[in-house]
Formats: sequence, C-alpha cells, structure tokens
Amino acid sequence: MTEFLAMGGYAAYVWPSFGLTFIVMVTIQLSTFSRRRKAIAAVRRQHAVNTQKNQQAGTGESV
Amino acid sequence: MFQWFHRLAASKNFYRLAEILGPLFGVLGAILLTLGVYRGLFVAPTDYEQGESYRIIYVHVPSAWMSMFVYMVMAFCSALFLIWKMKLADIIAEVSAPMGAAFTFLALATGSLWGKPMWGTWWEWDARLTSELILLFLYIGYMALRASIDNRGSAARAAAILALVGVVNIPIIHYSVEWWNTLHQPASITKFDTPSIHISMLVPLLMMALGFTFFYFTNMLSRARSVILEREANNNWVKDRFRENRL
Amino acid sequence: MGGAFWALLKRDMLLAFRRRADWLNPLVFFVIVVTLFPLGIGPDPGLLRDIAPGVLWVAALLATLLALDGLFRSDFDDGSLEQLLLSPQPLSVLVLAKVLAHWLVTGLPLLLLSPLLAVVMQLQVVAIPVLLVSLLVGTLTLSLVGAIGAALTVGLQRGGVLLALLVLPLFIPVLIFGSSSVIAAASGFAVDAQLYLLGALFLLALVLAPPAIAAALRISTE
Repeated sequence: MTEFLAMGGYAAYVWPSFGLTFIVMVTIQLSTFSRRRKAIAAVRRQHAVNTQKNQQAGTGESV
Repeated sequence: MFQWFHRLAASKNFYRLAEILGPLFGVLGAILLTLGVYRGLFVAPTDYEQGESYRIIYVHVPSAWMSMFVYMVMAFCSALFLIWKMKLADIIAEVSAPMGAAFTFLALATGSLWGKPMWGTWWEWDARLTSELILLFLYIGYMALRASIDNRGSAARAAAILALVGVVNIPIIHYSVEWWNTLHQPASITKFDTPSIHISMLVPLLMMALGFTFFYFTNMLSRARSVILEREANNNWVKDRFRENRL
Repeated sequence: MGGAFWALLKRDMLLAFRRRADWLNPLVFFVIVVTLFPLGIGPDPGLLRDIAPGVLWVAALLATLLALDGLFRSDFDDGSLEQLLLSPQPLSVLVLAKVLAHWLVTGLPLLLLSPLLAVVMQLQVVAIPVLLVSLLVGTLTLSLVGAIGAALTVGLQRGGVLLALLVLPLFIPVLIFGSSSVIAAASGFAVDAQLYLLGALFLLALVLAPPAIAAALRISTE
C-alpha cells in the first residue's frame, strides 16, 4: 500500500493531478446542482406571482 | 430528418429527452470513470521509460480532449444558432463554455504537474501546452464577451460569431504554434506522445475519455434544462410540470 | 460597388487625418514601447539584436490593437455607422474599405517608422526589408482580424480591454510567422516559407473577415 501511494517516487505529481481533477469535476457537478435549484426556485417564484395575480383579478381560477 | 430536428429543438421536447438522457449519461459516466481510475492506477503496468509518473496521462489527456471537444460543440451550436436561430443551440453553447474552460485549465495544470518530473520544470513552452493556454484565452474571451453585453439576444449572436471565428483560428493557431516549437527546439520531442502504447494502458485511457465525455454531457443537459426552466417559467408546459411536481 | 468603396475609403481617410490623435497616438505608442526594452533590460547591443525581431513585432501588434479600438467608435457615436448598414451596397465591401482606410492611416505610418526603430534595436540591416514586407502583410491581416473584435465590442462601455482579450489570441499566428521571418533573415536563412504563410493568412483573412465584421456590426448596432 505504501509502495502504491509512493507512485515510484512520483507521488508529488500523480496525486495532485488526480486530486485536482477530482476537485474540478466535483465543483462542476455541484454548480450544476445549484444551478438547477436556482431554476426551480425561479419557477416557484413565478408560480407564486401568477397565483397572486389571479386571485387579485378575482377570476377564482385556482392555478 | 429536418422536421425531427426542429421538433427536438422545441424546448419542451428537448427537456423531456434531456430528462431521460441526463441521468443515464451520469450513471454511465460514473461507472466508466470509476473503472478507468481503478484500472489506470492499479491494473495498468508501469511505463518502462517514465515510471509511475505516466499515470497522469489518465487525467491529462482526457481533459485535453474535452477542452477541444467542448469548443467544437460550442462552435457547432453557434453555427446552428446563427443559421436556423435555434435558441436551444445557443443555450447549449452558453452552458458549455465554463465547463470547457474548466477542462482546459485541468489540461494545463495536469500538464504542468506531468512536465515537472519529465522536463524538470513546471512550465515548458511545449507546443501542446502552449496551444491549451491559447485555448483557455479563447474560452475566457468568449465568456467575457457574453458577460459584457446586456441584451440577451445580442450577446448570444455576438458570442456565436466569436465562437465561429475562434474555431476557424484554432487549427491555424495550433499549426503555427507547432511550427514555432519545432523551429526553436529542433531536438526536443513531444514527450506526451506515447508512440506505441500498450493495450492495457490504452483501455483505461479510453474509459476515462469516454467517462469525461459522459460527465460533460450529463452536466450540459442538466444546465440547459435549468436555463430553459428559467426562461420559460411562464409557459404552460412548465406550469403543468410544476403543478405535477415533476420539473 | 467600386465607386462606393473608393468614396468611403476617401471619406474615412480624410476624417481620420483630421482626428490627429487617432493615427498619432498608436505611432507614438509604438516608439515608446520599443524604447522601453533597452531601458528595461540594458543596452547590450548583442542582446538587443537577438530580441529585436520579437520586440518590434510585439510592439507593432500592440500599436495595431490600440488603433483598432477607434476603428468603428466615432462612426458608431455619431450615427453614421447605422447609415452605412442601411446602404444598398454589400456591407462586406464597405467594411473592407473602412478597414483599408484605417490601415492606411494607422498601419502604414507604423510600417514607415519601423526601419528607424530597427536601427535603434541594432537589428541587422539585411533583415530590414524582410521586416518591412512581413509588417506590411502582417499588420493588414491584424487589422482585418482585429476589426471583427472591434465590431463586436463597438457598442460596449470599456470595450478596449475586452477587445484586447478577444483578438490577441487570434493575433498569435501572425506574430509567430512575422517575427520568425525577421529572425530567419537576420541569421541569413531563407524566409520564403514564413512570408508565404503570412500571405496565406492574409488571403484567408481577406476572404473570411469582411462577412464576419459585417455580421458583428449588425449585431452591435441593433
């Protein structure tokens, strides 16, 4: 195991490469998730606005 | 064919397709990346010239491939957008740019980490690293132009033109940089070229490359869906989906 | 069509000559940038001779970039750019006239001044004709390519920095072939390959840039 981690003396280059790649990909994925949460929140907000408008107009339509 | 294409371009249909393909690609990508990392780190034999350091290839080369591939996707979508005014194509180009820039950055950073043991320096003006650096500038320019135009329609079209100008220039830049490189360092060979790569080394590389591609597509599709939701929050199909709680 | 081309060329040159800052500033900038190098790295003639091709070319490139910012700006501000877009003539031809006029006013003086700066930088005299030819073809190409960026950013506040960000990466091939032709000439090697490649880049830009500039202008003025 130690031998594997040592990467034949290249541990200082191999592990940062894989680590950095991991970090960047996780960051991309997390920002995709937060982008989606934001979008759903925007739809919810829009829905709330529409409902309010309909109620004010007194159409009685329950959207 | 063209009709099919047009139907797909309708955001509602794209949304439905992306909803299925996105998670599917995500699962495929996760499997391929796990297998690739496992086989790349544990199974693939040690390179007799570069020792264990060559294993950086499993993150460097896929990143470099993706940096080019994503730009090609952007340019292709920009052409679709300019010619047929497909809004969907513009959305795909828009959400792809930051990811392409991230892959380019990764290619540069891992290239530098690989270069240190190979060349003894963190940065060598190697043709491929230099081209990646210029590609990063192109991505940054694309995003900066998009960010600085307020009107969404103008921003989209200006960015599309820039992406097309960029894609015409990429081969020229690449060729000129290679030419410049051989001119100034006639003795140096490109160390990233692995002339006869063994099959047990190649299989994990292909897995990683494919895994990166699936990873990009699943993220791109999800982000495109988010943009569509925001832009069409007032459309009936979005309202229906919201009420049925299946956005 | 030809008539409109020449008319626009003449008009633009007259206007540009009257706005002295437009053509004088990039020229002075060119001189000052080149002067900075000996001051920055020391007056050793051997060292200066070695870096002269690169320094002259980079300085010329930056001066071209500086000049590009004003290419469409004043026409955009006073509304004559919109007039131009409404003209029945093909816009690609008209923008070609504008770019050529702009180059004649800003690029040509640069070219004429470059032998002087080459001497200041201790460049071998045999390389000066090649410097002139490469700058002639090269700065024309830079003007054409850069005009795309100028057209994309003309309506923007603080478009200047963005313009640099957009077009400098695209300038790289011209810089590489341009400066390497001068390096080759200074070392007594053949320069045909570099000059042919520069010529090819110029022809490519001549064909592809005008439609892109025209499209970019239409976007920026809407």
